[in-house]
Amino acid sequence: MKSLNELRELRETLQKEMAARNSTGKTKIIIGMGTCGIAAGARNILHAVLEEIERRKLDVLVTQTGCIGMCEKEPLLDVQLPGKERITYGNLKEDDVKRIIVEHVINGNIVSDLAIARFEEGGK
Amino acid sequence: MRELSLHILDIIQNSITASARDIELTIIEDVKSDLFLIKVFDNGRGIRGDRLRQVTDPFVTSRTTRRVGLGLSLFQEAARRCGGNLEIESTTGQGTRVTAYFKYTHIDRAPLGDIQGTLISLMALNPEIHYRYHHIYNENEFILDTEDIKKILGDIDINQIEVLSWIREFLDEGLENLYGGDSK
Repeated sequence: MKSLNELRELRETLQKEMAARNSTGKTKIIIGMGTCGIAAGARNILHAVLEEIERRKLDVLVTQTGCIGMCEKEPLLDVQLPGKERITYGNLKEDDVKRIIVEHVINGNIVSDLAIARFEEGGK
Repeated sequence: MRELSLHILDIIQNSITASARDIELTIIEDVKSDLFLIKVFDNGRGIRGDRLRQVTDPFVTSRTTRRVGLGLSLFQEAARRCGGNLEIESTTGQGTRVTAYFKYTHIDRAPLGDIQGTLISLMALNPEIHYRYHHIYNENEFILDTEDIKKILGDIDINQIEVLSWIREFLDEGLENLYGGDSK
């Protein structure tokens, strides 16, 4: 059985690592969690994102948005690199998440065949 | 929705939109009484009386009022299809209580599904909220209260990826014990 002592140990490890992590200028990943998003598979998309973040030890902020009116294109996921425009990806499958993380989040190149919209910083 | 845990994720999103700070999820599976009960209690801003009567009507939804929408109608429809119903009580400024019940053995009752995934999603995306999850399966029970976890974590956020992984394993084990070998 997992014990809370394990959690205490994990906390100590993380506290040492936290000092090295920078909280400003993080890349943001935003998942659509409206009823439409959830019905279309947003929870699995989120878990695929979390898995990639853990596997690749990325320092990324994952947040959510509600229904933005593009229900037919759910599940939706936005990526915003610091200082760059926000890109919306749609009609996603779990396998697409890996590509978006590698090509866009890590290498900085928009995955154009999955992208459905772009917004300037401060817009939307 | 293919799983009850997705309905749960969806209606807890309503609580979050209503600025709830504390959200309590109770699931009671009582096979002997043929009952599957889901309760979501929150301390959000609540729903006005005149609105309350309309929230499960998909055609009276107002897109600017996030407290109403398709989500509750879908959940109510799912419950009614399975010999159950969905009830909402709310007090403005105090909170909302959603209770859905199903016949446990009804052929159309969706499985609970990945409830761990629903809880992890909520903690990952809305880490500031206090969640209490209480799950009863016949005589067994499992409780996870994020306050207990946050007390141990101190200044470490609950949505740190390593913490979420730990909670996922904790939930997996807890539910395995809860069901004691029975399948969900």
